[in-house]
Amino acid sequence: MEIKDKLEDKKSRETSRFLSFFKKIGINIKTSFKNFVNRFKDGSIGTKLSHFFMGAGNFYHKQFIKGVIYLSIQIGFLTLLIASPKVNNTPIGFKSLVNLITLGTEEGSFELGIPTDNSMLMLLFGVIVIGLLGMFLAAYLSNIKSSYKADLDVKANKKPTTFKEDIASMLDERFHTALLTPAIIGIVTFTILPTIFMILIAFTNYDKDHQGEELISWVGFENFTNIFSGTGEIANRFLPVLIWTLIWAVFATATNYIGGILLALLINKKEVKGKKLWRTIFVLTIALPQFITLLAIRSLLRTDGPINQILMDLGLISEAIEFLGNANSPWLARGMVILINIWIGVPYTMLMTSGILMNVPTELYEAAQIDGATKRQAFFNITIPYIIFVTTPYLITSFIGNITSFNVIFLLTNGGPKVSGGWQAGETDLLVTWLYKLTIEQKDYNLGAVIAIFTFIITATATLLTYRRSKAFKEEDAFQ
Amino acid sequence: MMNNSNEQNVKKYKSVKTSKSVSTIISYSLLVVLSLIWLIPIIWILLHSFRAEYNGEFFVGVVVGDYFPKSLGLENYISLFKDTLFLTWFINTLFVSVFTFILSTLLTLSVAYVMSKLKFKARKTFLSIAIILGLFPGFMSMIAIYYIIKAIGLSQSLFALILVYSAGSGLGFYVAKGFFDIIPNSLMESARLDGATNSQIFGKIILPLSKPIIIYTALLSFIGPWMDFIFAKVILGEEPERYTVSVGLYNMLFGSQPDENLFTVFAAGSVIVAIPIVTLFLSMQKYYVEGVTAGAVKG
Repeated sequence: MEIKDKLEDKKSRETSRFLSFFKKIGINIKTSFKNFVNRFKDGSIGTKLSHFFMGAGNFYHKQFIKGVIYLSIQIGFLTLLIASPKVNNTPIGFKSLVNLITLGTEEGSFELGIPTDNSMLMLLFGVIVIGLLGMFLAAYLSNIKSSYKADLDVKANKKPTTFKEDIASMLDERFHTALLTPAIIGIVTFTILPTIFMILIAFTNYDKDHQGEELISWVGFENFTNIFSGTGEIANRFLPVLIWTLIWAVFATATNYIGGILLALLINKKEVKGKKLWRTIFVLTIALPQFITLLAIRSLLRTDGPINQILMDLGLISEAIEFLGNANSPWLARGMVILINIWIGVPYTMLMTSGILMNVPTELYEAAQIDGATKRQAFFNITIPYIIFVTTPYLITSFIGNITSFNVIFLLTNGGPKVSGGWQAGETDLLVTWLYKLTIEQKDYNLGAVIAIFTFIITATATLLTYRRSKAFKEEDAFQ
Repeated sequence: MMNNSNEQNVKKYKSVKTSKSVSTIISYSLLVVLSLIWLIPIIWILLHSFRAEYNGEFFVGVVVGDYFPKSLGLENYISLFKDTLFLTWFINTLFVSVFTFILSTLLTLSVAYVMSKLKFKARKTFLSIAIILGLFPGFMSMIAIYYIIKAIGLSQSLFALILVYSAGSGLGFYVAKGFFDIIPNSLMESARLDGATNSQIFGKIILPLSKPIIIYTALLSFIGPWMDFIFAKVILGEEPERYTVSVGLYNMLFGSQPDENLFTVFAAGSVIVAIPIVTLFLSMQKYYVEGVTAGAVKG
């Protein structure tokens, strides 16, 4: 009974930790709404007016520049929303919100000179307008806050801050805002916005048959059911690619991890001289661009290349082996890419392990020595467990890295050997290289987006696991 | 036991000595074999960039079965600059990498500094979000950006590539943060007492102390565009004048109009790209090891 209770308790703690995140959000929303109401009740006339005309409170407190900035934000945004100016013949404004739902209705007519609605642009503008709406809301709230803050300053017999002081605070108390803003803008426009856009495309019929002068429409989960549960060719191809991706990730991670640790231990042996030189030889692999080394290896392994020639000269084989493209033995190509990946990946783990070996806490060895442990015992009971303990988070990140590793497969085999009618997915294609082919070569953007979302979910799950692990890691400090 | 322990010790010492020298020999021979395996492709490319073989009057640039070339010359290097757009690609890559390293260094260092030294309300939240976003594969956002480029019909340009390379760099702040974490807070506190503002502390105290990490961040982001292949291939489209070296060299062998006879020219181009990159990389190997280790341990 007791154990069961404990387990239950642990479980409920885990869930509560998870729920507390959402609770916090809920509380935040609640308090900000309360503050919103309170500010309206307690604020000066200026603050009250700020709820309708942005910047009014700032004018009231003679903070003219700030007032003008807020007012122009409001005027600018409302003008954009109402006027919905056309960019590339597609309106951006409140009409975008309507267009986001319809994705365009005008099929266009060549004779009458009416262009077809540009569905993709409508989708993009819809997302952008929603984003702008969010930003406007933030500006609106900050406008009220700034006026309310000036109210409080006046109440406390202080002067409301001048614009100059505000700027100065950006370089001092609010320096973090100044430093973070450019990075956040970059991440929002180049990571978050595109990702949202891509996710939405997965729910449309934007494929190779809907290019150019064709309207695109929402299709719900059709693409997902086509890939995951359909009986079509693409559904048949999905499972093998997924399984091979996982096999690849497991083997690529394991071989690099074990190989790298062994190599580091070998180089770090006491009797080995010239450690720096040995390390540098292997580090060359990291320093050289992969498009050079991988294409070199691909050429070395050609049927008319040197490796086959040498093997034939030595009499080990009678005819040239097609290492990377033999459609009859896909496992040869698969084995080869995992093998070659050792060449690429082992030096990273070697470098990392070398760094860790230098940082093994010396107290551990001293304690072991006092207890009378031999060197060998110290090695197996301290060094090895320490390395494994410290590198566990790395194992998970490198597993994620291997699921999305693109270069090795693309540059070595380009996914080949080919599978007939395999929706372009060859025998060594991973989800990401297949995704590349589906989108960039075949222009089936919707299917590509589904694969992308799926890969995203796999990696995100693993990422969250890592994150929690590494956090637990910091808190527990089991080794110290 | 105690009486003959001396004799035993001598015996033990001898056997330890021989087993030690055996293990030394094994270690070295293993290292030599492994080094050879690791060097074979690299030396091969280097050798064949100087290969100058003729079949009658035709230049032979294809992959041949011999590991060592029969005759050497500079033909490939001459042809690289005369017959291909390599110089343009080289200048393009230089252009992209200079702007990328300026933008990325600024973004990375400012995010790292904020996360390490400035205390504000939402710091923890930002840190968590940044770590989670930073672990997401960059490949995904690249494909996503490609969708947007397609939707807008944006001309696929070097500027787009610069933005793609540097915009997300704020997320790669981890190594630099580790560096800033080591700088003692007392330095900042005493400056504060003297009336310095946060920006003055950053500009006049922290940055001068941070030379190593600035160099590390700058060099790594400078090297990035020379190493990258796929972002450039996706973003730059089909115009050969806009290629970077990686796309240009790849397309020689595997583009829409591949030319097998260009293999040795490809090798020459690879060597020219590799020499400065490898030199830069090896010169900052120490920092790189620290970065790799720190990143791995922190997860």
